[in-house]
Amino acid sequence: MSQEVLKIEGLSVAVDGKVILDKVDLTINEGEVHVLMGPNGAGKSTLGYSLMGNPKYEILEGKVTFKGEDLLEKSVDKRAKAGLFLSFQSPQEIPGVTLADFIRSGMEAKGERVSLYKFKKNVKSDLELLNMDASYLDRDLNVGFSGGEKKKAEILQLLCLKPALAILDETDSGLDVDAVRTVSAGVEAYKKSHNGALLIITHSTKILEALSVDRTHVLVGGHIAAEGGPELVDEINENGFEKYLNN
Amino acid sequence: MAEEKTYVEDIDRNIYDIKDEGQDSFSLDGGLTLDIVKQISEEKHDPEWMREFRIAAYEKYCSIKLPDWGPSLGGLNMNEIISYVRPNTKMSAKWSEVPDYIKNTFERLGIPKAERESLAGVGAQYDSELVYHNVKKEVAEQGVIYTDMESALTGEYADMVKEHFMKLVPVTDHKFAALHGAVWSGGSFVYVPKGVQVSIPLQSYFRLNAPGAGQFEHTLIIVDEGASLHFIEGCSAPKYNVANLHAGCVELFVGKNAKLRYSTIEKKKKNMYNLNTKKVKVEEGGTIEWVTGSFGSHVSCLYPMSILNGRGAHMEYTGITFAGEGQNLDTGLKVVHNAPETTSLTNAKSISKSGGISTFRSEVIITGKAKKSKASVSCESLMIDNISRSDTIPAMDIRTDDADVGHEATIGRISDEAVFYLMSRGLSEEEAKAMIVSGFAENVSKELPLEYAMEMNNLIRLEMVGSIG
Repeated sequence: MSQEVLKIEGLSVAVDGKVILDKVDLTINEGEVHVLMGPNGAGKSTLGYSLMGNPKYEILEGKVTFKGEDLLEKSVDKRAKAGLFLSFQSPQEIPGVTLADFIRSGMEAKGERVSLYKFKKNVKSDLELLNMDASYLDRDLNVGFSGGEKKKAEILQLLCLKPALAILDETDSGLDVDAVRTVSAGVEAYKKSHNGALLIITHSTKILEALSVDRTHVLVGGHIAAEGGPELVDEINENGFEKYLNN
Repeated sequence: MAEEKTYVEDIDRNIYDIKDEGQDSFSLDGGLTLDIVKQISEEKHDPEWMREFRIAAYEKYCSIKLPDWGPSLGGLNMNEIISYVRPNTKMSAKWSEVPDYIKNTFERLGIPKAERESLAGVGAQYDSELVYHNVKKEVAEQGVIYTDMESALTGEYADMVKEHFMKLVPVTDHKFAALHGAVWSGGSFVYVPKGVQVSIPLQSYFRLNAPGAGQFEHTLIIVDEGASLHFIEGCSAPKYNVANLHAGCVELFVGKNAKLRYSTIEKKKKNMYNLNTKKVKVEEGGTIEWVTGSFGSHVSCLYPMSILNGRGAHMEYTGITFAGEGQNLDTGLKVVHNAPETTSLTNAKSISKSGGISTFRSEVIITGKAKKSKASVSCESLMIDNISRSDTIPAMDIRTDDADVGHEATIGRISDEAVFYLMSRGLSEEEAKAMIVSGFAENVSKELPLEYAMEMNNLIRLEMVGSIG
């Protein structure tokens, strides 16, 4: 059996006093691809933010182990350094900080110090894969980026930071078909390059086409309503969540 | 184990707090008297007109009251300020002749290094006297005069100095201008002849040292028709418990179609009263660019004034202020559009943290003569916490219908979501905040020469993280 990367046990989370996640269990092993589906407001993004450590999300109970260590006691940056990554649905715009400097700071935090020149050289193939012009590196982080450009920039960070587990929070939403394909190619490259695990929060199947899904989880009303293999994705695409809502 | 901090501590800036034991050859006790002013004049071998000028200024100083607006100057006791301190050395053009204890201070500040790196001229003022002054040959060969003010008084350009000295900033301006006129000491004189483009920036680096010492340097720069210059004023002063006063004066003259960029990185220590007066007069088609970074001082009142006196004259102001604990930084600018088609563009930013107060005052005056003029003022403030304060006080006096004047002010905080985003890539909370603040200041730092931009980023880091990375 392969190594366990993430183990969530009985996780309950509240935002502004309102319980959003209710006793969630979920385990991801090394290199596995998990899909998290669910209707709007089910708490999918909350799970992503809680795992990454957004202070707005209050952990009520439960335990999360990441690579054998207690994740919840770590600060956000320590979680990142441990190998957790979250691709944001709508990443923040940071004026005056270039994309290149941002990624290099993240790499440096992990102990990988590279000169700007070398970084730009190394990142060239990733940029090509993501169909991004090199000029993005010198642009202010996400400032004036279109929705698609922001998502690509997130995946570029994923490729550079090489985490053990990447949570993709609706990375494919709002993108046209070509952009989804591009982003998907980036995710596939991440997966292949060092067998990274994935938790993909999505509404569509487009982003999954190039990947082989190991497990599917259906989150409804803050708890896991169903689990299954890749076939569950197709089933939900066909029938929606109604069946779980009525339960 | 809670690792997240909710409060960014104010940090100790030991690296800038280097103090040499006082070896002053000449100190005057206590407050200012007419005798002291006469003594200063004698010591400096002033020409007769300057001696009279100082005495007249002293009389004004006695009659003008302290300003009744702006930050409190209550901690400033003029009777305790030793206004004139002179180190144990004469002017020196050779590094080897500079005394060791002064060299140590300079070396810690990186000045000889800067010099080696072919910076045009380094005039470093130690306390009230220029001790090290070196003008690169190529600049002198272009006919550019770069010298200390004392030499300028008696040198080849003595008449030019007399003609301009405290004409833009008359001693009647305010109490500290009068004080300056009476006791000024040191500073730089620059004359750039017609059409000469000085391609490398001239730098004047000085620092305050002796406890309780005031600093009254005078800077006079004349950029003649069609010429251009970038002048950098950098200063740093170590920290003492006695209130220190800085009442320098900067007078700039920009000729027809000439261009002057005047950059300042000010990081005086946090017990300093920084009450500098700066003014420029710009003739037809000329340009003045102010680039200012204010980090230090207990209290600062800095409002460079630009008089756009000829058709099409232009001013640009790019400035940033960082007010930390115990600091009240009152900055801003004044611009007078006094000719047709003059333009001014102001882009100011301020950061306040740990209870620091930053105030931005702008005054735009468009006279009846300034038809078709344009003025734009933008002020952005960033608050790091809930106990700090940031104010914007714009004033406009427009005497013509035919002008375009705009003002914009925004105030913001470092958003938790932005910090979370940066931290999610491995940056600590302090690093994340420092990165956001550096980004906020980027439009100023990119206007500075590389070494100053790096220094400014280091200062921001120092304030935000407590270390230099």
